[in-house]
Amino acid sequence: MTRSDLIARIAQRRGLYQRDVERVVSAVFEEVTEALARGDRVELRGFGAFSVKQRDSRTGRNPRTGEAVAVDAKVVPFFKTGKQLRERLNTEG
Amino acid sequence: MAAKTVTRAELAEAVYQEVGLSRIESAALVEAILAEMADALVTGEAVKISSFGSFSVRQKGERVGRNPKTGEEVPILPRRVLVFRPSHVLKDRINK
Repeated sequence: MTRSDLIARIAQRRGLYQRDVERVVSAVFEEVTEALARGDRVELRGFGAFSVKQRDSRTGRNPRTGEAVAVDAKVVPFFKTGKQLRERLNTEG
Repeated sequence: MAAKTVTRAELAEAVYQEVGLSRIESAALVEAILAEMADALVTGEAVKISSFGSFSVRQKGERVGRNPKTGEEVPILPRRVLVFRPSHVLKDRINK
């Protein structure tokens, strides 16, 4: 399911225009992105939680040439599946 | 800058502010998005949200685990797990 499939399914199910649902879906993912960019955590009970993790700088290697390259410290997004969804994955479908 | 926790309420508020639907409709749509994504994942369908990331379901085989407290071996049963792969756009935006 892609972003546009998601929009189409919700529009159909709730009897709304796709262009309106499009704005809603964009606003939701934009808000999650902005929260993570601030370093905040996004907790959606039953679905899961998004957070960010710090990665220290390290010396990596170009796998093709074997050359050492400095990799800067960075922040990476992380998702932990919620309890209810984790249980559904193993009881349904 | 202490880390805060954003919940459904803040997402619904963002929809209300930016899209201009009622608060009730905004909250219902946030719920509908999560429900639609969860239902797709439960059927084994991957969910790909462009410029955010993709969620996919992976089947894990049985393996032997260990109770870290007692050292006792316990079988970890085969199960399905959800994997989130952030898109490059998301990774770049949180490193700005």
